[in-house]
Amino acid sequence: MNGKKKTISRENRIFYICNNILLLLAFVIVAAPLINVLVSSVSSPSALIRGQVTFWPIGFNLDAYKQIFQSRLLLIGYKNSIVYTVVGTIINIVMTVLAAYPLSVKDFVGRKALTGLFVFTMIFTAPLIPTYINIEQLGLVDTIWAMVLPGAISVYNLIIARTFFQNTIPDEMLEAARLDGADDICIMTRLVLPLSKSILAVLVLYYAVAHWNTYFDAYIYLSSEEKFTLQVVLRNIMSTAAALQEMADATVDQSNRAAMIEVLKYAVIVFGSLPVIALYPAVQKHFVKGVMIGSLKG
Amino acid sequence: MAKIGNHSGAPAAKAAGSLKKRIMRHWQLYLIILLPVIYLIVFKYKPIIGSQIAFRNYNFRDGIWGSAWVGLNHFVTFFKSPQFSRVLINTLGLSIYNIVVGIFPPIILALALSYVRSRIWGKTVQMVTYMPYFISTVLVIGILNQMFSLSGPVNNIIEALGGERVHFMGKPKLFKTMYVFSDVWKMTGYNAVIYISALAAVDQQLHEAATVDGASIWQRIRHIDIPSIMPTAVILLIMACGKVMSLGYEKVLLMQNDLNVQTSDIISTYVYRIGLQGMQYSYSTAIGLFQSVVSLILLVTVNAISKKLNETSLW
Repeated sequence: MNGKKKTISRENRIFYICNNILLLLAFVIVAAPLINVLVSSVSSPSALIRGQVTFWPIGFNLDAYKQIFQSRLLLIGYKNSIVYTVVGTIINIVMTVLAAYPLSVKDFVGRKALTGLFVFTMIFTAPLIPTYINIEQLGLVDTIWAMVLPGAISVYNLIIARTFFQNTIPDEMLEAARLDGADDICIMTRLVLPLSKSILAVLVLYYAVAHWNTYFDAYIYLSSEEKFTLQVVLRNIMSTAAALQEMADATVDQSNRAAMIEVLKYAVIVFGSLPVIALYPAVQKHFVKGVMIGSLKG
Repeated sequence: MAKIGNHSGAPAAKAAGSLKKRIMRHWQLYLIILLPVIYLIVFKYKPIIGSQIAFRNYNFRDGIWGSAWVGLNHFVTFFKSPQFSRVLINTLGLSIYNIVVGIFPPIILALALSYVRSRIWGKTVQMVTYMPYFISTVLVIGILNQMFSLSGPVNNIIEALGGERVHFMGKPKLFKTMYVFSDVWKMTGYNAVIYISALAAVDQQLHEAATVDGASIWQRIRHIDIPSIMPTAVILLIMACGKVMSLGYEKVLLMQNDLNVQTSDIISTYVYRIGLQGMQYSYSTAIGLFQSVVSLILLVTVNAISKKLNETSLW
């Protein structure tokens, strides 16, 4: 990519060889476990337990997945995670824009102080217990709101959005709009937001993935099974033998139970990561863009 | 990172007219930002004020403002307890290990990707290495447990090579290593993107000039690329140092088991255990507050140092 040259010196040829070996190594280290998980989840339990499965399925079957799709808890978790992610992300975007736009206006009196107020919460966070007590006092424990409100604004994302508004919307355009008598609400909704679709897409992705993958908050704030997120259900299934045994019982005779539990674990991992991995190729390039905007100096 | 509050252009008071006029001109902005400010107060500053229970004996009936004031008692108890040195050493050990091991792989990967000659191969590697970032911590730990279980693939390989099976996830000594290298696995591709964008910003004429002068790729990396990604590396290091104390609950908690608790018990998990599980609200808050304050001091200090040395800073 950098500076092309027609004849390659010996030194550089060695570099290219080493470079490719390095990349191959990176590729294998990352891909091998993922492939192994996928392959193990569709192999026969006995082959798996004998350690024969590496990168190709042995005794291909989908029994484990058939069990998973009959697990009520997993399906509830799936549904809840989708709901929390959608609702949470909408709240995130609205709140982040409402904060980012005013903070991007240069002659907004109090801008500096307000920015400081936001940034301070990024570098100083209240301990766990006062945070928990607060959520409890607000009556949010074991409700969807404990999942979507406490993290309504990520200050990091707020700064990305504010920086974007500042850098990409020309001042002359804003001035012209003001001279035409447009007020701030009008400028924000009719001028700034339509020009900021790319950054909004990036923020949606950042927030949505964070919601989908979060575990700890759901673990401490949710207590009823009907409200659990997918991550909590996955964790419970993988760490408690009972849940897996119940699933394994339905498929095989007792002698093979331990082996079936192993296959189920792999299948649960695949099942859990499927939505994000499936969307991944489509969203990947937006993430890269987000990182670049984020690393810009404002 | 974004600089906070730089007034490029418009010198603050230039616009004639009084403060009142300037405020009135943008009255709608205050309306717009009202909701976020309320959010900030209710969900961020209220718990910070609530942290005063670290200096009280909190009980549910008397509440945050009414419980008996005990001053620094809880802090003293913590500093004198045997757990203090244990969780502090575990926290710092894990964080520093994580920073030291984690800083180079993304830089190396970014450099390797920027000199790859086949575009498709480069894109493939980037896409694959970036993928684990999207897998949730719960599942990363699930994969880790499966790969390194006693009967898992890694142990199968070890045995095939004539070695003894190792109980990776149960050995206290191996906990930090498992944590750090699974983090490298998950984060390297993501962190590399930041360096890739920094490398893309390097003036291509520098590379061309160096090539004309007969510089090898190694020399170009050493004298052009490395200096130009230093500021990025410094910022990431600052952020990492600021988080030395506040290593998160999530991953450690997910990896913790009865066997490795001796080395896996860090401040965050201790705060969680004695607070939410042990119901010692005030004591847990005191430890958490100690953690937050030290983090704040660290972040401000490291930032000031880097500002002086490098003219790179977070704010």
